[in-house]
Amino acid sequence: MGKTLAGKLVSSHAGRNVSAGESAIVKVDYAFTHDASGPLVVKKLKEIGGGKLFDPKRVIIFIDHAVPSPRLEVSNDHAVLREFAKSSGCVFEEAGTGICHQVVAEKYAAPGRMIVGTDSHTVMAGALASFATGMGATDVSVAMTFGKTWLRVPETFRFVIDGKLPKGVYSKDIILHLIGMLGAEGATYKAMQFEGSTIENMEMSERLVLPNMSVEAGAKVGLIASDSKTEAYLKQMGRGDQFTELHPDANAQYEKTFEIDAAKLTPQVALPHAVDNVKPIGEIGEVKIDQVFVGSCTNARLEDIKIVASIIKGKKVAPGVRLMVTPASHKVYMEAVKDGTVQTLLEAGAVITPSGCGMCFGALGGVPADGERVFSTTNRNFQGRMGNPKAFTYLGSPAMAAATALKGVITHPAEVL
Amino acid sequence: MGGRAWKFGDGISTDHIAPGRFFHLRSNLPELSKHVLEDARADFAPNVKKGDFVVGGRNFGLGSSREHAPTIIKMAGVEAVIAKSFARIFYRNCVNIGLPVIIADTDQIDEGNILEVDLSAGKVRNITKKIELNFPPLPEIMTKILLEGGLIPYIQKHGGLPDI
Repeated sequence: MGKTLAGKLVSSHAGRNVSAGESAIVKVDYAFTHDASGPLVVKKLKEIGGGKLFDPKRVIIFIDHAVPSPRLEVSNDHAVLREFAKSSGCVFEEAGTGICHQVVAEKYAAPGRMIVGTDSHTVMAGALASFATGMGATDVSVAMTFGKTWLRVPETFRFVIDGKLPKGVYSKDIILHLIGMLGAEGATYKAMQFEGSTIENMEMSERLVLPNMSVEAGAKVGLIASDSKTEAYLKQMGRGDQFTELHPDANAQYEKTFEIDAAKLTPQVALPHAVDNVKPIGEIGEVKIDQVFVGSCTNARLEDIKIVASIIKGKKVAPGVRLMVTPASHKVYMEAVKDGTVQTLLEAGAVITPSGCGMCFGALGGVPADGERVFSTTNRNFQGRMGNPKAFTYLGSPAMAAATALKGVITHPAEVL
Repeated sequence: MGGRAWKFGDGISTDHIAPGRFFHLRSNLPELSKHVLEDARADFAPNVKKGDFVVGGRNFGLGSSREHAPTIIKMAGVEAVIAKSFARIFYRNCVNIGLPVIIADTDQIDEGNILEVDLSAGKVRNITKKIELNFPPLPEIMTKILLEGGLIPYIQKHGGLPDI
């Protein structure tokens, strides 16, 4: 029987053929944590094996969730991680390097790899055909100690997406549409495999959005076969030698196949307080916005920020609206400085923050006031997500964020493109 | 004997359980646990007693992989979390830290009902309503982990991951 991408990836790390539904012990290529779970991981590593790591070169600690540290408690947590990184010799990505998932895509993920991290959006690396999944501190500590974890091979939902996306419609709209269709637990324990001509024509920056948000439908992994676009991205990151071709077998077994006509999609918005509360923009009425946030692992790459800049160039953010931009990584930030994107954003009235996760999940910066409405390019709009349970978050694409920042109400990107 | 049921709705997220605005308390779990589930029910944390039960609806624990979420539920004295369904990472985290997770029809449990759970028999007894709810056993590997009180106690005793 043919194998899905998930089946191939788990089998190659289990050292035997495994099929959907079976459990297996698998070898791990990279295990990572960050300042949100890292101190707990360090504590557990000491409980398990006295802090021993299976291979310090394959264990990564990121400081990204609260950058720069807003409080002494967080600074002390950061110090614990720096000290552990120094004593263990593991890879350490200092504050400012960027959001872990973006840096994993830039530096660590490649086709055929098994990656676990203490963060639900670890799934993003599936766009590079890595089997990447989020786990808690205990599981990741075990993976860091032994270089192994246990997995149940997921059944696969296959999404065949064909056609040309209309103007103003992006991969964010595809994934929001799918999450709305499936519901927040519609793909629980499953692999979501994305394919079809729309995906084949999509650059990596756009592709990464799909696996990134697969967890919002409950999925264990989101996966895209590797191809020439994957190879081009790895080359661009200076890792062209790490490219291998990995695709599902033609006779693979899928639990379900969904066919999506990309040409019929419209811009989508996730309304408060659930990511699966998705509506096409034409059905939401007039929604006045107080703050627009372009950030997170989901949609703050150079291409995303450039789309925003191209829309607001020479214009000003609407009166009464605050525009916040957090580049996903230091690399993204540097490039956006060099090519003038940062200047364009600043001239339009944007506030640009250091790279990190803080604003997305309410740890620092940009916390909305009671009753305020935020339009965000991030991945979650749960109650309290941005730091205030009395605020409201709407999710959508970077182009929609830019259009909304200019108009002050949630706006179809085609109106300004 | 038995503990009180605290009812919660569908889609209780890890942001309800352990909000990001208390990020700075993540290395101070006793303090963080004072805010457990605060954004879903403000009356829960101050009043929950040892042996009580968190009773949810669908997709309990969706969102983040933060293990602090089940950890502070356990630290609050909760005996088990019972829900119609669970999000994947939260479910696995509960087992790893030795907090029983039970999938059952929670429409049969009302706020304040007194419950007892028999994990080996797979039964939730609703003492108030005099009914029993059956629940399916955990996958074998998870049962092994839970019986030892979590994954770390398991590894400390057996020297590695359970065999599959």
